[in-house]
Amino acid sequence: MEEKREKKIGVYICKGCGIDEAVEVDKFEEVATKEMKAPVYKTHNALCSPGGIDLIKSDIEGEGVNTIVVTACSPRIKHKEFTFPGCVVERANIREFVAWTQEPKTEDTQALAEDYVRLGVSRAKSADLPEPFLLDETEMSVLVVGGGISGMSSALGAADAGYNVALVEKSEALGGWAKKMYKQLPQSYPFESIEEPTINATIDKVNSHDKIKVFTSSEVEKIAGVPGQYDVSIKTNGGSEQFKSGAVIMAAGWRPYDVSKLDHLGAGNPNVITNMQMEEMAAKGKITRPSDGKEAKRVAFIQCAGSRDVNHLPYCSSYCCLTSLKQAAYVREKNPDAMAFILYKDMRTPGQYELFYKSIQHDPGVMLTKGDVTGVSEAPGGSVYVSLKDTLLGKEIKIEADLVVLATGMVPNSRIDVEELAEWKAKFDEKLKASGGQPDPNAPLEPHKVPNILKLDYKQGPELPVLEEAYGFTDSNYICFQYESRRTGIYTAGSIRQPMHMMGSIEDGMGASLKAIQIVEATKNGYSVHPRAWDQTYPEVNLQKCTSCKRCTEECPFSAIEEDEKGTPFHKMSRCRRCGTCLGSCPERVINFKDFSINMISTLFKDMDIPEEGMRIVALACENDAYPALDAAAFNRIRINSAFRFISVRCLGNLNLAWVADALSKGIDGMILLGCKFGENYQCHFVRGSELANERLGKVQETLGRLMLESERVKLLQLSIQDYDKLPGLLNEFADEIEEMEPNPFKEF
Amino acid sequence: MSEHEKNILVIGGGISGLTTACEAAEAGYNVVLVEKDPFLGGRVTRLHQYFPKLCPPACGLEINFKRIRFSDRITYYTMAEIEDISGGPGNYNVTVKARPRFVNDKCTACGACAEACPVEVPNDFNAGLSMRKAAYLPYEQAFPMQYVIDEGACKKGDCTACKDACKYDAIDLDMKPDTLAIEASAIVLAAGWKPYDASKIDNLGFGTSKNIITNVMMERIASLSGPTQGKITRPSDGKEAKKVAFVQCAGSRDENHLAFCSAVCCLASLKQATYVREQYKDSEVTMYYIDIRTPGTSYERFLNKIKEDEKVKLIKGKVARVHEDPATGDVIVEAEDIYGGSKIREPFDLCVLATGMEPMISGVKLPSDVKINENGFAVMGKDQKGIYAVGCAKDPVDVAKSVQSATSAALKAIQTVGRLS
Repeated sequence: MEEKREKKIGVYICKGCGIDEAVEVDKFEEVATKEMKAPVYKTHNALCSPGGIDLIKSDIEGEGVNTIVVTACSPRIKHKEFTFPGCVVERANIREFVAWTQEPKTEDTQALAEDYVRLGVSRAKSADLPEPFLLDETEMSVLVVGGGISGMSSALGAADAGYNVALVEKSEALGGWAKKMYKQLPQSYPFESIEEPTINATIDKVNSHDKIKVFTSSEVEKIAGVPGQYDVSIKTNGGSEQFKSGAVIMAAGWRPYDVSKLDHLGAGNPNVITNMQMEEMAAKGKITRPSDGKEAKRVAFIQCAGSRDVNHLPYCSSYCCLTSLKQAAYVREKNPDAMAFILYKDMRTPGQYELFYKSIQHDPGVMLTKGDVTGVSEAPGGSVYVSLKDTLLGKEIKIEADLVVLATGMVPNSRIDVEELAEWKAKFDEKLKASGGQPDPNAPLEPHKVPNILKLDYKQGPELPVLEEAYGFTDSNYICFQYESRRTGIYTAGSIRQPMHMMGSIEDGMGASLKAIQIVEATKNGYSVHPRAWDQTYPEVNLQKCTSCKRCTEECPFSAIEEDEKGTPFHKMSRCRRCGTCLGSCPERVINFKDFSINMISTLFKDMDIPEEGMRIVALACENDAYPALDAAAFNRIRINSAFRFISVRCLGNLNLAWVADALSKGIDGMILLGCKFGENYQCHFVRGSELANERLGKVQETLGRLMLESERVKLLQLSIQDYDKLPGLLNEFADEIEEMEPNPFKEF
Repeated sequence: MSEHEKNILVIGGGISGLTTACEAAEAGYNVVLVEKDPFLGGRVTRLHQYFPKLCPPACGLEINFKRIRFSDRITYYTMAEIEDISGGPGNYNVTVKARPRFVNDKCTACGACAEACPVEVPNDFNAGLSMRKAAYLPYEQAFPMQYVIDEGACKKGDCTACKDACKYDAIDLDMKPDTLAIEASAIVLAAGWKPYDASKIDNLGFGTSKNIITNVMMERIASLSGPTQGKITRPSDGKEAKKVAFVQCAGSRDENHLAFCSAVCCLASLKQATYVREQYKDSEVTMYYIDIRTPGTSYERFLNKIKEDEKVKLIKGKVARVHEDPATGDVIVEAEDIYGGSKIREPFDLCVLATGMEPMISGVKLPSDVKINENGFAVMGKDQKGIYAVGCAKDPVDVAKSVQSATSAALKAIQTVGRLS
């Protein structure tokens, strides 16, 4: 190994943007050079200007400076200017945190700015350049589970981009539900008429692609390993096969809602069929009523059959309105004398599919009626009556039909069986009623329980975690990051992710494919993927000091930490997203990044100036939301109490209780933690960072009790990036609370 | 393969273009992103919250901007538009014209230029509901964090107040337009949308009363960085808007205006109903709709949650007319209650027209093989090669679907470029 090079620190102070007017910059020199022992110290009127950058560059070349403390503005700006390859760069933010938020030229303001110089140098001393984590070999291929339209789209997507694909389908043939379709929805403008299916062409393309290996009648037996190096075992045609894969796409699809549950809509009557049965019938030939084979001249479609119904599927299945419109076209195409009735709650044909809706609506043989179906009963001569209330006419009506089609919804295959679900829900509601509660129709319908699709050999369970409110769909929690996955390297596509129609599934399959390609390329080059894209640091563990308490293995949001035979945890590094939740969970402080560690932050408390007089509060701020909110407050020149020293962290999940003890035993009067909203609709991009910090704080009383300090000295705030107007007020309030307490008695030591 | 041949050009820096750029770059490809506004982020930067999570767009944007900052594979140009595209898949030659910003990279965002600037003009970021200087930062969390001088508003030769105030030599009032030549293998069209011009819908009264506003204006009014710092008031007199009407399909699903469904307006109005209800406990909201379109899981859940609030009335009814009562400034909504069968005539403090999306791709100079349909969306054939439309350039979609679409467009683009390793 190359010998660690000697650090040479240069401290560069910017005097621009109001800094010179707010503080005595000249006094920083003593702090930087005498106290913090930085050998090089320079000031500049505008450090980000070409002159300022040249000043730093000439020191890198001439003086051998390799560790740079830019004491200027927020690290969120001028990133390009202050990037010096091969050098550690720390940014001490005295523009936003001092010049723009403090009263100029007071003792407190000066003390605050000097502290930021100390913290900057201190952090720079602890930080090292990253060395990427690289696998011995990265498998540049993709496993796709599910051979329906989404899975095939994923497979073709990756294969056409040059990656090898293994496609595993449990049935005998590719095609999934799309193969059962008589015709398909229009796929392009003018979106007016139904089209001949294109699924066979897609199947042929997949089967003949030289980069795709298709396994039909096959199932995954086990997926072990890491992105870039998955060990996949499959059961195929009675035998089994093993191979390696770089990434996984789960496109295991959906099943129609169990129609037997819909007896209130006539299920059981032979002339009441589902939309999928309608596809099969249309594909075979004439549209008839099953009871006697008579041609069906009046066909009624009941929309939301099971969907948008708290007793069945509380969600909208998204595809059924369009499917019934398509099938109404079958009815009219097969027999121009036949009539189709579509009975709906709301017609949902978003986007340009509105044009398809209009074109069907214009057909006088298709009647659309808004209403709630109140009953389906047998009519004389083998017909069926459908009763409707709340129609646009404002009265109850009854439609006689030869055939009724129930537009049944989608159940993702990642959801447990409906039978089991109903039982669970009934028990749950009973229990709730017994305890005096009211069943919540919007309550999640299932515990975290999913069937066997991926069979991951992962500490935190064999399948992808499902959001409580997602009804079993493996959806992302983030609007702006649709392919966000809690199992790095494993992405989900199509109607197992969200209910969607065929065109949506094709697009979704390709999106997941891009993510799969991304993870293998990132793994190969030792980068993290979203949300810390391009990060080359990774958690390094001093295993000698690990006590195998396993907290890290439980708290890792991505199941990136496993245990060896002896029960010692170890990181499966390419699963890691570099959030540092493990760093916060470790009581032995043995997990560290090159540029961020427990000791680095603890050392900041040591290096801070804590006088006997004067309040000091440390604020740990999430770098994605709280920190930008502080910058925005500063941009608006909102005053913040000068007691605060802001320290950015990757996520509040980094909070290690050692920090609380270390800070308060040094005489720091209070500590505030600024993180994201948790709970339902959580906003933490590392899933539970702020929530875990909050849980850890539950134990802080013990720590503080040992120090004979009030537990109110430590507080957590949940906020969003947009709360910059409220944030200064909340901080100042906390400062007032701390002020009311006695100064921290440890100051004297 | 030389470096430039690996380029993917993304036209438009809104959520679709940003996502395409980041996703493709993170798969190892070089991306050039061209945006016509002085900042990245597009329309979503103007939103107060996203449906259905009611979370701030700035949170995801912060991550996306960081993805750009930390990437050496993305080059972006603001205030830049396409002049010409020639060549074909694998070897496009693109001419881009960049308008002068009059502020160079030395800008520190200190704000002295705006403070000194004597010219005030309506703030287009706030839909004209507030004023801004001719030297300005588009909004407080803008990326890039760099001021800009509004060429149309600046007094030019007569005034050098901004230049005099700038200590960093960042103002260059003689800056000229720049022409850039970009070589790319694939092009992604992410030109986005603009709100449909509500004044074209005669019966809904937009322009006849300040208290008849569009949904985009409502986002600005509810937003902390907006004209009222988030206080929901009516523009005519600043009175608290406690009784608010939403008129759905204002222009959309109407062959005289936009034949398609704009796909976001139902959810946007439901979301804006929560803004009002959250701010004033004694507020009332009425939404007039044709169909409520909240497809999928979380959107339907969001609708159900709002339905529980008895102060939010959802009425299926076609709005016949909206006009102001000059005596009170109230807005009168006349509608037909399709369920009740009666005629409604109801006064409100504020009426929000849920105006739809007008695609902007037809404003981009494209090669002749890219077809634009009558609705203004790019037509993507099954065998489309080289140029791909994404997000609202292709179909009206919300943010979630834009992201999905952008990720798949990134895949198509990298397929065209070819595998790197």
